[in-house]
Amino acid sequence: MKNKADVVVIGGGVVGNSIAFNLAKEGVKDVVVLEKEYLNSGASGRCGAGIRQQWGTEMNCRLAKASMDIFENINEELGVDRDIELKQGGYLLLAYSDKEIEQFRKNIKLQNSLDIPSSEISLEEVKELVPYVNLEGVVGATYCPTDGHANPFHTTFAYAEAAQKLGVEINTYTEALDIKVENGKIIGVETNKGFIETDKVVNAAGGFAKEIGEMAGIDIPVRPERHEIMVTEKVNPLQKPMVMSFSYDIYCQQTPDGSFIMGYGPEDPPESHSRKSSWHFMEKMAHKTTNLLPKLRELRAIRQWAGSYTMTPDSQPIIDGSDKVKGFYMAVGFSGHGFMMSPMTGKILAEMITGKEPTIDLNLTLKRFEKGNLILEPSVV
Amino acid sequence: MKEDTIICRCEDLTLGELRDIIKNGFTTLDEIKRVSRLGMGPCQGDTCMQIAAREIANLTDKDLSEIKMPTSRPPKTGIKLKELAGEYEDEE
Repeated sequence: MKNKADVVVIGGGVVGNSIAFNLAKEGVKDVVVLEKEYLNSGASGRCGAGIRQQWGTEMNCRLAKASMDIFENINEELGVDRDIELKQGGYLLLAYSDKEIEQFRKNIKLQNSLDIPSSEISLEEVKELVPYVNLEGVVGATYCPTDGHANPFHTTFAYAEAAQKLGVEINTYTEALDIKVENGKIIGVETNKGFIETDKVVNAAGGFAKEIGEMAGIDIPVRPERHEIMVTEKVNPLQKPMVMSFSYDIYCQQTPDGSFIMGYGPEDPPESHSRKSSWHFMEKMAHKTTNLLPKLRELRAIRQWAGSYTMTPDSQPIIDGSDKVKGFYMAVGFSGHGFMMSPMTGKILAEMITGKEPTIDLNLTLKRFEKGNLILEPSVV
Repeated sequence: MKEDTIICRCEDLTLGELRDIIKNGFTTLDEIKRVSRLGMGPCQGDTCMQIAAREIANLTDKDLSEIKMPTSRPPKTGIKLKELAGEYEDEE
């Protein structure tokens, strides 16, 4: 392992690897990634694999749209030929009350103003998209045909491979233990494999973002929660779009390999790093799914797992440099949506670090939580 | 065993492919699982994990006991959604 680096990125998930790749692409020489387990071991490798652009805040919309543009051309962008299994079958969002559809209409207006091709569709059109959906209680729906799925494992590996090709050093099973700060400046990172001298550190630690912040004396208002998920056996292509509802609390999508991935959000989850499975989850998940998508009754669930959503108070990420400690940057608090926003996040943060004009205008500072006046993201499962 | 022997029947992975993956630096079962889907099919790794663990041990010069097994995730065998749903009791 190098003992000196221009930038040390903490976190070997999709966000950390995207940042490392983009830094190297911008010409930063010695970029070192630290991952305490293996690549994809945290939230990246545990997520629902969905890519959505139908958001309710401008920042989330911008990040998601720009990221989808990169997903669509990822092999060209990265110069590697790994198949990330992109499927753009769309996201179908179901509304169960007048209030919810009103919110969706506002979201659509915002999304369309940012070139996201979403629209409200009729219940007949919903039936055409997913003939077996149970529309009991559904009052309206929106659909964005370019939303979809990609394989998070392969996306992360693709970024890692591309980064390594450009000279990035990726160290797995290497844990950041402390960040040394002197006179408000970063001077290095202590790891279980030795000290790395550096004046720039990026916190891309996902569920452990708060702990990494504390090492540098920075308070980051994020909260990890356990979210569970399960997958079925593979079957022939049956369902084109992701079917999702915030009020019914579900998402369910068929991946290109044929299996269905599904999840729902827990009620009032405690702050926790737990990745254990609970037995209630599968029963409630199956109950929700078979009610909404009765045709899936005969499918066998084959595996369940869990991972962390790292929530911020407004459910939007923090992509920023600290004004308290010089050289400390962060891309954290994606609130369950880091994978789908990782391509543009890496780009923006690399531009921030190298002092370039950002490709898209984002305002996702850490400071916003001190000021209050938060714009809350309304659309989260 | 021949290189074209299928060792993960759920995901059609051959011994040769597994060896290539290990040689490419994926030397833990957790990593191999994520790069190849080994053990993520309906058998939940019952067939392939032991074989893969042995291959890692052989190729990395380790003792089989040093190879860490991935977290085992429920259910043990596939269960139809309608059967799971039948077990659900609304708390309210």
